[in-house]
Amino acid sequence: MTEQTQAAPVFTSTASMIRALGLIATICGVIIVGVYESTLTPVAANKKLALERQVFKVLPGAKHVTEYFATASGITPTEGHTVPADAVRFYAVYGADKKLAGIAAEGSSAGYADQVRVLYGYDVTKQAIVGIGVVSMRETPGIGDKILTDEDFLKNFKELDVRLAGDMQALANAVKTVKHGTKKNAWEIDAISGATVTSKAVGRGINQSAQALLPKLVPHIDQLRSQP
Amino acid sequence: MSTPEKKAPSNMDELLDGLWKQNPIFVMVLGMCPTLAVTVSAINSISMGLATTFVLAASCLLVSLLRNAIPKEVRIASFIVIIATFVTVVDYAIQAISLDLYEALGAYIKLIVANCILLGRAEAHAAKTPPIPATLNAFGMGIGFTIGLLAIGGVREILGAGKLFGISLFGPHFQPWVVMVLPPGGFFVLACWLIVFAWFKQNKANKSKPQQGCHTTPTTEGSRA
Repeated sequence: MTEQTQAAPVFTSTASMIRALGLIATICGVIIVGVYESTLTPVAANKKLALERQVFKVLPGAKHVTEYFATASGITPTEGHTVPADAVRFYAVYGADKKLAGIAAEGSSAGYADQVRVLYGYDVTKQAIVGIGVVSMRETPGIGDKILTDEDFLKNFKELDVRLAGDMQALANAVKTVKHGTKKNAWEIDAISGATVTSKAVGRGINQSAQALLPKLVPHIDQLRSQP
Repeated sequence: MSTPEKKAPSNMDELLDGLWKQNPIFVMVLGMCPTLAVTVSAINSISMGLATTFVLAASCLLVSLLRNAIPKEVRIASFIVIIATFVTVVDYAIQAISLDLYEALGAYIKLIVANCILLGRAEAHAAKTPPIPATLNAFGMGIGFTIGLLAIGGVREILGAGKLFGISLFGPHFQPWVVMVLPPGGFFVLACWLIVFAWFKQNKANKSKPQQGCHTTPTTEGSRA
């Protein structure tokens, strides 16, 4: 390769190669940073809007969302704080009367194709999950994606029991996905027949997230009663 | 195109080149990764096509403007940096326009960097052509790519979901042919379109055979692929 170049009549100097690469890197750098900075505000606004839309779907009557994180020592608003690695993020959701309408949090678990990420709404007085929505999934269209539309499946989340046990360390009953048609208890999820893997992913995601979040959150729930 | 200055193509020729004669999907069969992956619906196809068109036109313009400043020893690195820059621009722009679209297109926006149409056009055309024809040619290629994606995406959405642009076509009793929106459907539909194109080409070749023994179209096509 180098021999060929040297033999060629036109000789390219080291300086001109470095200069060309430097020039291109500079031009490209200016373009990238310029676009990044000018899209920063609309992208953040879009993300907030998308989150609010999701949250309002799982907690009807919601008007305002504030992001918090919970650790063993208590709950803190995310804004202006760095979130520790072991913290669990959640959203405190307020209605038009500025009273706490519920809590929304995300759970995720491996489905058939990829992670199934669901957002669920938690009702504090009922101690139950009252709605779910899908944040992202790549499940098979027409099969796994029925978790969005199957009415019988969505009925599971009208009032899914996630009460804490007496010692406030874990759920009284772990959320569990059961075979289609065998649901007996309020903490069980009746799977969609033919889409068991995806149904189980939803149940597992909710269970993991609720087990991690609720024991840290419920003792401090009074801090969140009215909108800050 | 391998002997360019013999008869310089007009700007119109440059623009139309990618639409039909050198269509990136159906004739050159380039950029198969997004072609198969994102064409599950018409709207995804159009968005992907337009994103690629923008990257193609912008990077070919810049490559063409800088073509005399880039020594050939460092040209690949230079082209890739330029292409990656405009892919990043599109990535941010789509996030700013619609997060739903961004989610739908997923990793394939970033993978435009590795789409061989881009480096192919920069290397084979823009690096040897003045800015205006280079940009027009790139734009035409991009639109040709978009049309190709739309042809596949439209068919897959109609058969696989019973919709076009999200509008239901056949009413609630239509049983969607789900495999069409799954990965194999991409191969099926692409194969069918390639058969259609091959059949057209064959027909044309058969027609022109009696008049002249050797015709030029296949050689131009071959020289670029």
